Amino acid sequence: MTPFAKLNSPSELDALKRKAISAISGCATRVLVCGGTGCMASGSPKVLEALQSALEKHSVPVRADIMNEEDEAAISIGYSGCPGYCQVGPIVRILPADYFYTHVKPEDAEEIVTQTVLGGQPVQRLLFNDGSESYATRDDLPFYKDQVNVVLADCGVVEPGDIRDYISRDGYRALAEALYGLTPEAVVAEVTESGLRGRGGAGFSTGRKWGFTQVVKSDKKYVVCNADEGDPGAFMDESIMEGNPHALLEGMAIAGYAIGADEGYIYVRAEYPLAIERLRTAISQAEQAGLLGDRILGGPFSFHIRIKEGAGAFVCGEETALISSIEGQRGMPRPKPPFPANSGLWGKPTVVNNVETFANVSKIILNGAEWFRSFGIESSPGTKVFALTGDVVNTGLIEVPMGTTVGDVVFKIGGGIRTGKAFKAVQIGGPSGACLTEEHLDLPLDYDSLRSVGAMVGSGGLVVMDESTCMVEIARFFMSFTQKESCGKCVLCREGTRRMLDILTRIVSGRGKVEDIDLLEELALTVRDGSLCGLGKSAPNPVISTLKHFRDEYLAHIVDGVCPAGECDAFKTYSIIEEKCRGCGLCAKKCPADAISGEIKKPYVINADLCIKCGACADACKFEAVTLG
Amino acid sequence: MAQSAVLTDSGPKAGRNFSRVQEIIKDYGATESALIPILQKVQDEYRYLPEEILTFVATALDIPPATVYGVATFYAQFSLEPKGKHIIKCCDGTACHVRKNQTIINAIEQRLNLSDGRQTTDDHRFTFEIVSCIGACALAPAVVIDGRVYGQTTPERIVAAIDEIEEADKAEAAQ
Amino acid sequence: MEGYITIDGAQTPINGCKNLLEVIRASGIELPTFCYHSELSVYGACRMCIVDIDGRGIQASCSTPPEDGMVVRTHTEQVMKIRRMALELLLANHHGNCQTCGKNTQCKLQELAQKLGVKNVRFDEVNDVLPIDDLNQSLVRDPNKCILCGDCVRMCKEVQGVGVLDFVGRGSDVRVSPAFGKNLNEVECVYCGQCASVCPTGALIIKSQTEKVWKAINDPSKTVIVQVAPAVRAAIAQSYDIAGGEHAMAKTVTALRRIGFDKVYDTSFTADLTTVEEATEFLDRVAKGEKLPQFTSCCPAWVKYAEQFYPDYLANLSSCKSPQQMFGSLAKQYFADHEGVKREDLYVVSIMPCTAKKFEATRPEFVVDGDPDINAVLSTQELISMIDEAGIRVSNLAPESMDLPFGFKTGAGIIFGTSGGVAEAVLRLASAGTSEDGKPAPTEFRDVRGLEGLKEASVTLGDRTIKLAVLSGLSNAREVLARLQSGEADYDIIEVMACRGGCIGGGGQPLPNDMAAREERKATIYDCDAILPLHNAADNPYIKECYSTLLQKPNSSIAHKLLHTGYRSRRRIEGEDLDLSETKTGEKTPVSVCIGTNCYLRGSYDTLRKLIDKAREAGLAGAIDFKATFCFEKCKASPNVQVGDTIYGGITPDKIDEFFENTIKPAAQGASDAETLEV
Ligand SMILES: Cc1cc2nc3c(=O)[nH]c(=O)nc-3n(C[C@H](O)[C@H](O)[C@H](O)COP(=O)(O)O)c2cc1C
Ligand code: SF4
Ligand code: SF4
Ligand code: SF4
Ligand code: SF4
Ligand code: SF4
Ligand code: SF4
Ligand code: SF4
Ligand code: SF4
Ligand code: FES
Ligand code: FES
Ligand code: FES
Ligand code: FES
Repeated sequence: MTPFAKLNSPSELDALKRKAISAISGCATRVLVCGGTGCMASGSPKVLEALQSALEKHSVPVRADIMNEEDEAAISIGYSGCPGYCQVGPIVRILPADYFYTHVKPEDAEEIVTQTVLGGQPVQRLLFNDGSESYATRDDLPFYKDQVNVVLADCGVVEPGDIRDYISRDGYRALAEALYGLTPEAVVAEVTESGLRGRGGAGFSTGRKWGFTQVVKSDKKYVVCNADEGDPGAFMDESIMEGNPHALLEGMAIAGYAIGADEGYIYVRAEYPLAIERLRTAISQAEQAGLLGDRILGGPFSFHIRIKEGAGAFVCGEETALISSIEGQRGMPRPKPPFPANSGLWGKPTVVNNVETFANVSKIILNGAEWFRSFGIESSPGTKVFALTGDVVNTGLIEVPMGTTVGDVVFKIGGGIRTGKAFKAVQIGGPSGACLTEEHLDLPLDYDSLRSVGAMVGSGGLVVMDESTCMVEIARFFMSFTQKESCGKCVLCREGTRRMLDILTRIVSGRGKVEDIDLLEELALTVRDGSLCGLGKSAPNPVISTLKHFRDEYLAHIVDGVCPAGECDAFKTYSIIEEKCRGCGLCAKKCPADAISGEIKKPYVINADLCIKCGACADACKFEAVTLG
Repeated sequence: MAQSAVLTDSGPKAGRNFSRVQEIIKDYGATESALIPILQKVQDEYRYLPEEILTFVATALDIPPATVYGVATFYAQFSLEPKGKHIIKCCDGTACHVRKNQTIINAIEQRLNLSDGRQTTDDHRFTFEIVSCIGACALAPAVVIDGRVYGQTTPERIVAAIDEIEEADKAEAAQ
Repeated sequence: MEGYITIDGAQTPINGCKNLLEVIRASGIELPTFCYHSELSVYGACRMCIVDIDGRGIQASCSTPPEDGMVVRTHTEQVMKIRRMALELLLANHHGNCQTCGKNTQCKLQELAQKLGVKNVRFDEVNDVLPIDDLNQSLVRDPNKCILCGDCVRMCKEVQGVGVLDFVGRGSDVRVSPAFGKNLNEVECVYCGQCASVCPTGALIIKSQTEKVWKAINDPSKTVIVQVAPAVRAAIAQSYDIAGGEHAMAKTVTALRRIGFDKVYDTSFTADLTTVEEATEFLDRVAKGEKLPQFTSCCPAWVKYAEQFYPDYLANLSSCKSPQQMFGSLAKQYFADHEGVKREDLYVVSIMPCTAKKFEATRPEFVVDGDPDINAVLSTQELISMIDEAGIRVSNLAPESMDLPFGFKTGAGIIFGTSGGVAEAVLRLASAGTSEDGKPAPTEFRDVRGLEGLKEASVTLGDRTIKLAVLSGLSNAREVLARLQSGEADYDIIEVMACRGGCIGGGGQPLPNDMAAREERKATIYDCDAILPLHNAADNPYIKECYSTLLQKPNSSIAHKLLHTGYRSRRRIEGEDLDLSETKTGEKTPVSVCIGTNCYLRGSYDTLRKLIDKAREAGLAGAIDFKATFCFEKCKASPNVQVGDTIYGGITPDKIDEFFENTIKPAAQGASDAETLEV
């Protein structure tokens, strides 16, 4: 990227924006290869390489720097962020027609260049096809049809590695407007008015949080972005940081202006190396452009952003633990009060917000609170990004207005159950969330509706499960996660999660006792009510909700000795399928328990009473005659 | 000595003066808030956190060694044991779990002959870790080997990848 | 904060309390706690102190600021259920053997389980047993009884500024431990025992020496004498139903004789002697204008602290031994000279408020030819347990007085037991000679009294103003030393006591050993001083006799031999270099292959693997101890391999064969040959 001068006023920003737009529009074709973690894993770097060499082979001149208007070349190629549909990646998008190619392989490069870049026609076989028809552009895809993109609007189109692309789409204009047109109080008022609620889990009013921090007098304040995204199975924040990092930086700078802070920290989990790299690039470009650092846009406001990499602890997503971690300590939560607004990082007033929360801010400042309120519902305005995973046809990142129903997400956007089996439940909010069942399909996804049924938005992970998922096992899985991740500070969470895990493990391995259910319930409620921080308070949620909706499954494990979903190994038995068995006798030789008997050339049988379920027979059989069921 | 190897030093201390650690500490500043980045960098450098180095860092930052040890044992990223040459991470996040990643975990453990919570193979070639979510959930189940993400993967593919790495190592060593 | 809070229906004034727990306690409700101590930071982990606050639900009262108008209920069904569950969970994870536990009857866990009605434990027992740390003289740490309240961690870090204990690990694997799982004797613990004073359970207790004392008492060949430290008398009455101070001391003297001690003496006597020696030393330094400020040296925890963290200041420590050790060397000399008791037949026991004194008695400089000047050190707690073991009912005993000459003291010796006492004793002595204007010098220096951690005073002696600092709680020492180093502070004499408030709050004192108990003990100490006839150490007639018959004059060479000592640096890292532990050479030959980044990049993993293979082939696997190690800082020569004590560079995989044959094999064979020879 060619270096450019520091911007000294809003009008210079405006000029750069116009220049960027005209440069981009001078590009007849833009080839965007998805550079998100998912597509990179599926091989997008090779696809990018192949496309570049194909262009070279056909002597298609490529603009090295898209913003270089002087460059006669009318083709550009580069990485975009993740458009959300990672499952069908690697994804290549061709602008401005917006052809949306899925499952692109390096071998497809030649055809893309000849047919689309040079010929202007889509490559039919690369368009998304759901079995009945194919869809040319992104917006046509069933996966996107019911989505509403506010936060992710630029994610997947904008080149995260070039700040000018972001600027061309009104990037940093909200910051300029705030600095030159609004008082800090007015910014807080606007954000409060918009009804934006924290996207990190608890859904606290962002404007009010800023207001608390603004009124505290202090020589130093901080803005902290919580990018720890610990919920296993959720990657919304990751995508924003990878795909549109400037949206986050701009939101933080506006927050800094609003509360009177000149320093910000982004606490990113170390498991997101790509996001960290993109953020670093973005920060240095923004500093170069005078949009971060000292005297932003030539005015009196200065704001510096530093990155702190997490070191692998889920509990550091909890804001006070996160603060301890930035300070260099063990990430153990502290009692609240005092809240970070009064005493946060190094004891100074601090605003802690989630990535997605910050990413909403510039849109609100630009378009106004009223506009924001036009999405979603009265008590939860705006949209929410969810990570839809599990047994649905379409997995990926989705953005929908608050209040969209569970059923719409699972069946319309998600396309229903992938396995063809029956829908059983959606786990929302990860290990601190709860499960929603068939009876909740009409439930709107928003903070208050979810709370009313004992669930929570949490981070926004939505894991869909079909009937073959054992809910006791799922509760055990989440408990094993929270138990491992508990910081170990307070008694109920440290000891209680371990004991719940013991009991759940006992039940899924067939050793459950009838009293276990009562003990489990008592533990769950006391741990929820008595723990120090949100981790312990929410760790029992999966247990409480599965006990509520699937108590009979618990009882079946304990009393009837069966796992109704057929998932738990302890309840399975090995047997030989008569029709498949050729009577070779190998299994009997391998069986350490002498549980298999039979005559050569006739079907063998397993004596279930002797079998110790070691699985040796199944491994030994060359005819797949041994089954576990 | 007959061979071409050079005798560089001797004695129990062998002249270690922690110059690399000192540089790292200088880069980040000797304050408590720099502790975690310093440990991260030290681990990048030495592949684990040796006791001597942790004690040195504690002294340089003027915090008790017990505090440094407490921090080093709190975060999953830090290892107080040497890690293997190749690091395999299998995701056990929710998305991967419901897509039945257990078979992959079993296959890797079997392939590497690891059991009873051992993470590193005897020959220090591989370290196997189970992590929660690497952000490729839409491609569950996911495994990362030496930084490369394998999405929508299977036990067979991962075992094949491990075989390949071992072959490559052997070929390299044979040269 | 002012206003009222409704607690279980009763209006209670906030009265400036800093948290809701204190308001509740002031209202007459004894909320249970494990992790709250008013002198430590709020931690909020044990969840015992939870209450139900209207509109806020369940909250820990220790970390909730009181607000006017709060409505609080302290024992709702839900609250009680949570507390009971927390206790049940703790008990399930606890190695309970109360009958034989050092904390039995004093244990908060035991007490609360009983009080809150935990009737059974419905969880499986834990079977993994962690090793007990009892390799030091002062304390025993049993992690199997730890409830992770963190009191010791905060005490050691916040009040003592030492920080040898911290949390390790995460989740249910969390432990409290010194760095790298070491034992206390391997780290910078100063043995002040303050951690044990706050530990609610038997996880940190005083290491008992009562058995060895009983043995000496029952050995007819031994003359067993005992010295009792000043602070002991201030605390012992709290454990019996008797009035404190000299009265309690006199009954204790009787008890000690009934137990079987041959002579009972007062450490306050050698405290007087310390005052004379230390004041002389100080005046000499002032005259010479060197090695100022002078630090007191009678607290062994402070001495060890200074040796570890401030070796540059060791010359500033008074060279006087502590009163305990002065007593030891004096008594051994005196009994040999005057009573005809051979040194090895004299068994000297100290009764101290202190756990560090147990360590002090074993310092090599206080041991003569294998015979320590002090043979056993008992804490006040152990004294009480000996009295109880013997079945003696202290309240029924007639008072008796101590033996002479070492049982005679002035009030100056007594006040050594509390923070400011040493400073005041020295001032009394130094100012006695300076009342030239005819007015009697003041005998009380109130500025240096009190439990505050840092007190300052200045006193005019003749034409010179002496600036004093009186510190207790070692974190205050850390702070003052930092100011001295930076030149911000300037003192002439600094008294340092490791325990907050001085020895009255020593780690060996009976429980509770909180600030309220210390306040009471302090008052007792000054009462004792007040009722004694003499207040200036120099006036002690037996001290004078001591000088005339044995010591000649203060700071004489014989006094130096018997009553003074020296210090050594215990800093672990000198300059920038780290004192690495010696490589252990057992019967196996150590071979370490560097897997630091540079060596690794040049193939050191393959080197390591190949070497292991070669060793197996050669049948030498058992004779070599292979290790992967971190950077040898010889990266230029990488990959590096260390065999025994020598580092070899450039051991790339292709050089392995040669290297193994020429270097490792001979070394390993040498070692295994040597082994066979020994057999
Ligand atoms: C155990 C635990 C984990 C959390 N993890 C995250 C996280 O990964 N990301 C996040 O933004 N908030 C997380 N939170 C919520 C934060 O504590 C905090 O409420 C949030 O960052 C505030 O930002 P918001 O108001 O923008 O949501 C977590 C909370 C708890 C109790
Ligand atoms: S609830 Fe769990 S994570 Fe939170 S402070 Fe307590 S032990 Fe730590
Ligand atoms: S599972 Fe094992 S024990 Fe059971 S029949 Fe097969 S080989 Fe025999
Ligand atoms: S190994 Fe398979 S085919 Fe052979 S006897 Fe057993 S079940 Fe039948
Ligand atoms: S610590 Fe307390 S509860 Fe535990 S064994 Fe000792 S006295 Fe009993
Ligand atoms: S209290 Fe109960 S358990 Fe303990 S010793 Fe007495 S009878 Fe036995
Ligand atoms: S004895 Fe003192 S220094 Fe040692 S651990 Fe306890 S509080 Fe810390
Ligand atoms: S050792 Fe005692 S004081 Fe320390 S954490 Fe354990 S129980 Fe608490
Ligand atoms: S202050 Fe007294 S009791 Fe405490 S360590 Fe020092 S000498 Fe011992
Ligand atoms: S990473 Fe490419 S679509 Fe998500
Ligand atoms: S759950 Fe496996 S990558 Fe997220
Ligand atoms: S005393 Fe309040 S939580 Fe422990
Ligand atoms: S990395 Fe091996 S000597 Fe430096």
